[in-house]
Amino acid sequence: MNIVLQNLTKKFPGHGRKAAEEVVAVNDFTFEIPDGKLVGLLGPSGCGKSTTLNLICGLIRPSSGQIFFGSQDVTSLPPEHRGVGMVFQNYALYPHLTVLQNILFPLQNLKGKNRPSKAEMQKRALDAAKLVQIEELMERKPGELSGGQQQRVAIARALVKMPHVLLLDEPLSNLDARLRLQTREEIRKIQKATGITTIFVTHDQDEAMSISDQIVVMKAGVIQQIGKPQEVYDNPANLFVARFLGTPPINLFAGTVRDSKLYLGTNCVLDAPGIPDQEVWAGVRPEGFLLQPDGPLICQLTGIEVMGRDISVVSTHPACQAAAIRSIIGSDTRVDTSQPTVRFALKPGKVFLFRKDTEERLACQLR
Amino acid sequence: METNNRKGWLYLLPAILFLGFFMVYPLIDVFIYSFEEGYNSASQTYFGVGTYNYSYVLHDPYFIQAVKNTFLLVIITVPVSTGLALLISVGLSSIRPLRNLFQTIYFLPYVTNTLAVGLVFMILFQKTPYTDGLVNLILHWFGAGPVDFIDGPYWAKMFVLCFYTIWVVMPFKVLILTSALASVNQNYYNAARVDGTSRLRIFLRITLPIISPTVFYLIITGFIGAFKAYSDAVALFGTNLNAAEMNTIVGYVYDMLYGDSGGYPSYASAAAILLFAIILTITSINLLISRKHVHYTN
Repeated sequence: MNIVLQNLTKKFPGHGRKAAEEVVAVNDFTFEIPDGKLVGLLGPSGCGKSTTLNLICGLIRPSSGQIFFGSQDVTSLPPEHRGVGMVFQNYALYPHLTVLQNILFPLQNLKGKNRPSKAEMQKRALDAAKLVQIEELMERKPGELSGGQQQRVAIARALVKMPHVLLLDEPLSNLDARLRLQTREEIRKIQKATGITTIFVTHDQDEAMSISDQIVVMKAGVIQQIGKPQEVYDNPANLFVARFLGTPPINLFAGTVRDSKLYLGTNCVLDAPGIPDQEVWAGVRPEGFLLQPDGPLICQLTGIEVMGRDISVVSTHPACQAAAIRSIIGSDTRVDTSQPTVRFALKPGKVFLFRKDTEERLACQLR
Repeated sequence: METNNRKGWLYLLPAILFLGFFMVYPLIDVFIYSFEEGYNSASQTYFGVGTYNYSYVLHDPYFIQAVKNTFLLVIITVPVSTGLALLISVGLSSIRPLRNLFQTIYFLPYVTNTLAVGLVFMILFQKTPYTDGLVNLILHWFGAGPVDFIDGPYWAKMFVLCFYTIWVVMPFKVLILTSALASVNQNYYNAARVDGTSRLRIFLRITLPIISPTVFYLIITGFIGAFKAYSDAVALFGTNLNAAEMNTIVGYVYDMLYGDSGGYPSYASAAAILLFAIILTITSINLLISRKHVHYTN
């Protein structure tokens, strides 16, 4: 089932002395989530992504705007009539019930003709448990499970009533690094297997990029960009999106465009045809650096970090906005660490220019 | 290791001395008294050792009356006050405006002196030559005859005593339960709402089990407190409780020691030990039952 948000806005009343000031948590959202896709809502904390999820879930009501599930307007429907399954950040498993009882709980709420028979309930609970591979933990209490196992139980509980939409609030934030990698693959697998339209919230761009069909990048209640992860990464709409996506983060330089040429400090690095002379922000992805003896960008070498697969060259440049430039090059490249300087050429496709005032992307074909 | 051990004992010493002096020693002393027959407090002598004191107490109609009163009080007030407190706390937690005002009002009885409350209840219930009391006035509107709640039939007096006890113990329970309810993670309720759980089911299957340790604590302390009731009865019916048929076990113990018919520390000790045994038994039963119904998490 596809989900459409139309001019969705949520304002929270202010607190304390400045009670007059409202907080706009979600500002005029309009976008469509296609049927059966996995969508990641991505943004720093406080950007309104959890509020958006709660709006879709129905736990909070929007100030204005509408939400459609398929052709049905669900804006004023309470959560239990929307057919959504929700996995909460801390899982919210009922601590006094066993895993089986937790998974059965949503089914036991059903009334009348919707209520399955006892045997049917058991079967569905077992099916859900098998899907997330916890069938041997059914008699345990949540307190006796690890974080990853609790997470699976929460997903099973959300899936058992066969929702049209699955919502996950920061599903991986309580897991350790290794489990996070494994679990995100599993979420992807389960989503593919069930074909349920799934929306998840995360502040971790790695997580969102790796498993989403589509990501929605948000900042302070405003959508910054929507698109496939790779597209958004390769084509950021503004400086915020460019800086938010990618590890290590993009390297930001104060640059100047003069006579259709891009200068970083005094180094003329690329041709920028069609751009009027102005000061710009220039972002260079870490993989956009090419080590060249006669490269135009001259940096002071600080050191190198070997990370197995690649080498990270750490250097400084007067125009760079951060303390250090991090550039990733293949581990087969030799770096002469005895030299005080290192010279780079830049890959035009990995360099983005942004207006200095609005921080919007400058559309141009760098060469 | 050895010095640490000694240090530990040193730290414990003040508490051990105090408890030993004021709790353990008197307890043993009372136990011994209760078996000394014909003890004379003036000459500090006794005739022999045996169970006569117990037999006397158990055959004393006043003691039987006191046990009956105490058990009635416990059986009525503990469930009713805990249940009502639970209802009030749930109500308090679900309203937003004026919550603090209501919380203050419900807590007022806790900070009010027992005897002052007793006076208020007198005004409400007592029949005097000038007035039948406020409650009788209300009863009169409904066409019911005046009832003398303080000097009248047994059931009327028992009703007032239970009413009073419930009213006095309620605020503490409400206070504890509201804070227990407030500490239940909101996410459980959100999860239950998304799954379409009815309010009653949320309360019975989620709220109640999660706060069950607190409810259990209130029931245990409620039982013990009600078994030790005395001052409430005095506040309502005066010091001559035996005449009013409203004595409690603790009241009986007191009367045996200092009352008009007092001066019998052996009988008082035997009654006190019996009360101790009753409370111990009931609390053990409570603990056994709780194993099945109380959910401690982590």
